[in-house]
Amino acid sequence: MSLHSQQQTDSAQLKVDKTTLLSAFGKFLPSEAILFENEDLHPYECDGLSAYRQLPLIVVLPRTVDEVQQIMRLCHEHDVPVVARGTGTGLSGGALPLAKGVVLSLARLKSILEIDPVNRTARVQPGVRNLAISDAVKPDGLYYAPDPSSQIACTIGGNIAENSGGVHCLKYGLTVHNTLKLKVVTVEGELITIGSDALDSPGYDLLALMIGSEGMLGVVVEVTVKLLPLPERAQVVLAAFDDVEKAGTAVGEIIAAGIIPAGLEMMDGPAIQAAEDFVHAGYPTDAAAILLCEVDGSNQEVSEHILAVRELLQASGATEVRTANDEAERLRFWQGRKSAFPAVGRLSPDYYCMDGTIPRHRLPEVLKKTAELSRTYNLPVANVFHAGDGNMHPLILYNANNPGELERTEELGGKILELCVSVGGTITGEHGVGIEKINQMCFQFKPEELEQFRAVKRAFDPDELLNPGKGIPTPKRCSEYRALGSHQHPHDDEASS
Amino acid sequence: MNGDQTKLLQEQVVSAAAEQQTLDIQAGNTKRFLGRSPQGEPLDLTTHQGILSYEPKELVITARSGTPLHEIEAALAEKGQMLPFDPPHFGAHATLGGTIAAGLSGPRRPYTGSARDFVLGTRVLNGRGEILRFGGEVMKNVAGYDVSRLMTGAMGTLGVILDISLKVLPIPASEITLAITSSAENALKQFNAWSGKPIPLSAAVCDGERAYIRLSGATTSVEAARHAIGGDMVDNSNTFWRKKMLEHQHAFFQGSGDLWRISVPSSTPSDSFPDKCLIDWGGALRWIRTDLQPQVLFQTAGELGGHATLFRGGDRQGQVFQPLPKTTMDLHQRLKLAFDPQRIFNPGRMYAEL
Ligand SMILES: Cc1cc2nc3c(=O)[nH]c(=O)nc-3n(C[C@H](O)[C@H](O)[C@H](O)COP(=O)(O)OP(=O)(O)OC[C@H]3O[C@@H](n4cnc5c(N)ncnc54)[C@H](O)[C@@H]3O)c2cc1C
Repeated sequence: MSLHSQQQTDSAQLKVDKTTLLSAFGKFLPSEAILFENEDLHPYECDGLSAYRQLPLIVVLPRTVDEVQQIMRLCHEHDVPVVARGTGTGLSGGALPLAKGVVLSLARLKSILEIDPVNRTARVQPGVRNLAISDAVKPDGLYYAPDPSSQIACTIGGNIAENSGGVHCLKYGLTVHNTLKLKVVTVEGELITIGSDALDSPGYDLLALMIGSEGMLGVVVEVTVKLLPLPERAQVVLAAFDDVEKAGTAVGEIIAAGIIPAGLEMMDGPAIQAAEDFVHAGYPTDAAAILLCEVDGSNQEVSEHILAVRELLQASGATEVRTANDEAERLRFWQGRKSAFPAVGRLSPDYYCMDGTIPRHRLPEVLKKTAELSRTYNLPVANVFHAGDGNMHPLILYNANNPGELERTEELGGKILELCVSVGGTITGEHGVGIEKINQMCFQFKPEELEQFRAVKRAFDPDELLNPGKGIPTPKRCSEYRALGSHQHPHDDEASS
Repeated sequence: MNGDQTKLLQEQVVSAAAEQQTLDIQAGNTKRFLGRSPQGEPLDLTTHQGILSYEPKELVITARSGTPLHEIEAALAEKGQMLPFDPPHFGAHATLGGTIAAGLSGPRRPYTGSARDFVLGTRVLNGRGEILRFGGEVMKNVAGYDVSRLMTGAMGTLGVILDISLKVLPIPASEITLAITSSAENALKQFNAWSGKPIPLSAAVCDGERAYIRLSGATTSVEAARHAIGGDMVDNSNTFWRKKMLEHQHAFFQGSGDLWRISVPSSTPSDSFPDKCLIDWGGALRWIRTDLQPQVLFQTAGELGGHATLFRGGDRQGQVFQPLPKTTMDLHQRLKLAFDPQRIFNPGRMYAEL
């Protein structure tokens, strides 16, 4: 079964024709905000997971919240499914269009509405890029902490939808920890406020529910984020290891010593080599693994912690421990890590990025089994991880032009994710389920749990018009998937109804 | 008999659902005063106890909901770690489940995070008597909706929390408390200015006469900040933070009038509320005692961008949490029914409509 046809079967017949919809949009949107010719639709056919492609029926590019509301009202009235989209850097096919659906791009809602340096918040539109926030508040000595590697391009709306993380999340948290308030347009086109300008809000924690909901519960049209003071100083240590397992142990030792690094990242041999070739970060290319450990805080604190971290790394068997000499070198060290995906991408025509998260102490075992799987499927795997929080990014190298290789890649990826679940982890730490991991959801969750998710979805979107077919699999899909093989749920033996 | 009571609890929920019998979920009963008056047959969680796993190197603890909070805190302290959100106990028998269901966080909250920020996963019983697991023991997990955090602070109205996994943090290497004579107005100005700078603040309160500032972190940076801030070192600061502030033994809490908890942006002016005020959370939380009508407090807090809770006293049959706009309440009702179709769990405990 090809990837494409899988997606198609999930989209229902439309009750309204394209011409009628176009003229209805034309009543309140300027013509340049409505795309419907194939050549104009092409840029929207996929997100960062380009193995999945689909042209949408129509793309709309509103400039105001009011236009978003009108679009939603219209689509609701005609039962037209809507896929929200930021800049399409997502890695799970979350923004993949539907052939019989509308893509709602939030990219033109890109104003920073308000910066409040005293309360340390910024109120921005969803199309504002992640890095643009930190750039704008820098003069106030502040920044927005979650920093996905895609931060130059990805939008804050997309970050909310995916609960994106970054290399600094071990210490400063994910999107969910750094957001105060959202304005959301419901599937009916109503504007609601979720969260507040205070640190908490009355009623259920709808903010936590919206964050990471992959555009399936509402369209985010405004975001108030928390800002943090820029640390006085940040310093990074690079440690090389001749064995990946030793690097994994070192991570646990640093944390056990009571130090929470601002960033703690690991790369394995193939990833190091690729990054070095690409950006010349100065990585030791003969190492089996490197760790990048950043500490930040006051001047004195950084000096104190750098010393401790260096000792711990040496004691854990590092073959080399290097502290960045200056800010330029620190940024170079990070540049290598942040460019790891595109760097690995240069090694092979295509690469497929996984996102499983595991309890950190299971790392050696998971790496070993991943290597075995890589051999079995005869597909190379490079590993990049947010080591501090156990979030792995195995990158599978493949060539989509070789018949059957994409399917084999997908299968290998699925096996790696199931491995993560069976050691007590999860199929996705920060990239989301989207369309990509929809089958593995059937592995991670029991039917009753999936049904509970569907009930939550119906509370927001009873007619399933918001990004249908993503995130939460249908019972039918799960029974088909389970029938395919030995995908037994790991918790099936539990007391249950 | 303490241990895993999952089966028993499940049976009770299934039969309550069949008979449409409402349940009043109880454990240590230390937070029974919170919210609206409880109603229904008691569903007791106190014997559903035990720490299931604790991996200091993973910064994660998992325990059954009836586990006493002091037991959790002791286990963590033994390994030099802590619950970073500073939960109040309000009595010797506080449990982990009650703590998460109430979702309260202490003075450390603005600097390290809230109860919900540290919840990684839960196992819950929904109103159909199904045992469901959400989230897990890992730091990052975006598979499915974040139901575990939704349960936090829901006052037991969405389900029975069976087990909880929390992220924990190391106890700071050094911690000191400084006291400075200060008006509320001046304290707010200072708190907000300090919060915008890389100063290792971990608590900032003001009772209108004195400001208390706690600094936590590496010894060297705490020392440096101490010189920058000035004031007098407070001895026995643990008594001040734990007993007076967290457990509400400060003289302020003993006064007359209803006790209100008002959550607002941290720079909200000190004269926004008429009565005597205790400032916590570096300005983002205001405790006030007053005889003013609830409507007045709800309206004022709402206009300031925050919300008010009638914490102690007043009419516990009336509105105690900030009223919600209609669309939001409709959504709450639909969510309640998604988890608890017969409305058996803690009906009306949070809002009359839920
Ligand atoms: C090279 C590279 C590196 C990356 N590194 C990281 C990383 O370090 N950490 C990380 O977490 N992610 C990373 N990502 C993934 C991706 O950048 C994030 O998921 C990002 O948040 C997506 O933002 P976007 O604007 O591109 O959203 P899109 O891809 O356009 O959309 C993503 C999802 O969000 C929904 N959505 C978008 N906007 C809205 C809105 N306003 N309201 C409701 N729903 C909306 C869409 O429907 C879709 O489901 C990386 C991607 C790439 C290509």
